[in-house]
Amino acid sequence: MKYKDYYKTLGVNRDDTTDAIKKAYRKLAHKYHPDVSKDPEGEEKFKAVAEAYETLKNPEKRAAYDQLGRHPNGQDFQPPPDWGQQYGNPPFSFEDADLADLFAGLTGGHRADSRKIRMPGQDYDVTSTISLSQAYQGSEVELHLSMAEPDANGQLRRVPRTFKVRIPKGVTDGQRLRLSGRGGKGLNGGRDGDLYLHVQLLPHPLFRVTDHDLYLDLPLTVWEATLGASIDVPTLAGPVRLKVPPDTQSGRQLRLSGRGLPRPDGKAGDLFAIVQIAVPATTNETERGLLKQLAEASTFNPRTQWQPEA
Amino acid sequence: MSSENSETTWLSDDHEFSLPQLADLSGMTEQDLRELVDFGAVLPLDSEAEPWSFSGKFLPVVRTAFRLRVSFELDLQSLALTISLLERIHALELQLRSLRAKTSYPVG
Repeated sequence: MKYKDYYKTLGVNRDDTTDAIKKAYRKLAHKYHPDVSKDPEGEEKFKAVAEAYETLKNPEKRAAYDQLGRHPNGQDFQPPPDWGQQYGNPPFSFEDADLADLFAGLTGGHRADSRKIRMPGQDYDVTSTISLSQAYQGSEVELHLSMAEPDANGQLRRVPRTFKVRIPKGVTDGQRLRLSGRGGKGLNGGRDGDLYLHVQLLPHPLFRVTDHDLYLDLPLTVWEATLGASIDVPTLAGPVRLKVPPDTQSGRQLRLSGRGLPRPDGKAGDLFAIVQIAVPATTNETERGLLKQLAEASTFNPRTQWQPEA
Repeated sequence: MSSENSETTWLSDDHEFSLPQLADLSGMTEQDLRELVDFGAVLPLDSEAEPWSFSGKFLPVVRTAFRLRVSFELDLQSLALTISLLERIHALELQLRSLRAKTSYPVG
């Protein structure tokens, strides 16, 4: 079993009061709680802080923790020989367990009799990041979790579990999926926990996603936008010919119906191509001559709205 | 190491939960959930129709509520306010993401 310095995690001294510990916990919880924090490592940090507070806020658990002695963070250690007798032998071997497991069932200085209590299994929350192509086609992802599970003798052990999860077509960024009964095992007839999957989409170099719709920049030359054109536009299913009507303005959105991400109901979002009028970075003499001719022949003024009111 | 295939449920409007199901899956009591409905933090599909049923999208909301309640020792009124504000932030983030997606990024 690896030692965790709960006092160090909370940034408090070993002789600090319970109130001081509570204050330190609240400050860190505000900073790292995954439901309010934007820190990408907030969830892991909060888990460590919550685990430390769960033990140190309770005088009996804190006394039991203190009697484990002081060890460097992360170092393997064994509780003192009489520790188990004093605090009730835990239902697991020390080697395979986590320090949190040691205190989880400890109440009032004795181990709670968990044999009579129906306890639901632990829920797990996992974030899975997939590509836009995977979201479009549906995909299978592998999730690797370490779960506390009872063995044949009823002793809790940390078991590595791998789940193959089929993410169906229709998923989009921020979508949540529930895998019923795939969390921790329930105890004494309690239901098994669930696995909650939070899907995130990797940014795509061309397409931007909102809900099931996709947005794509469509650069056009001045003459394509003015005269109209047929352009091969990339979509997730391959290129599609798009007819650009004459006199198309910059910023106009051309909709390709049903070319977005599939929806759970079998329909699909749309792809919007946003027109950008692109100007060549350099021009040759012929091009400049033609543009000068156009400038002289045209009466077009794109700044009419700047004219002062009469 | 074991490997298992799992069925998935969408947590969206496509799936509904009853009040007891929502309580069981979130850890909140039915009474607490009724109070969150009274505060307007959680909305049944039809508040006039008993028994209540809820859109699947509220399960993550109520699970968040339970975590916040435990982590910060919040009373129900503070919890309802926190949840409403978090939902507002979430809606604004979605709006921001949508605006960013619709914004053209000229080359060069």
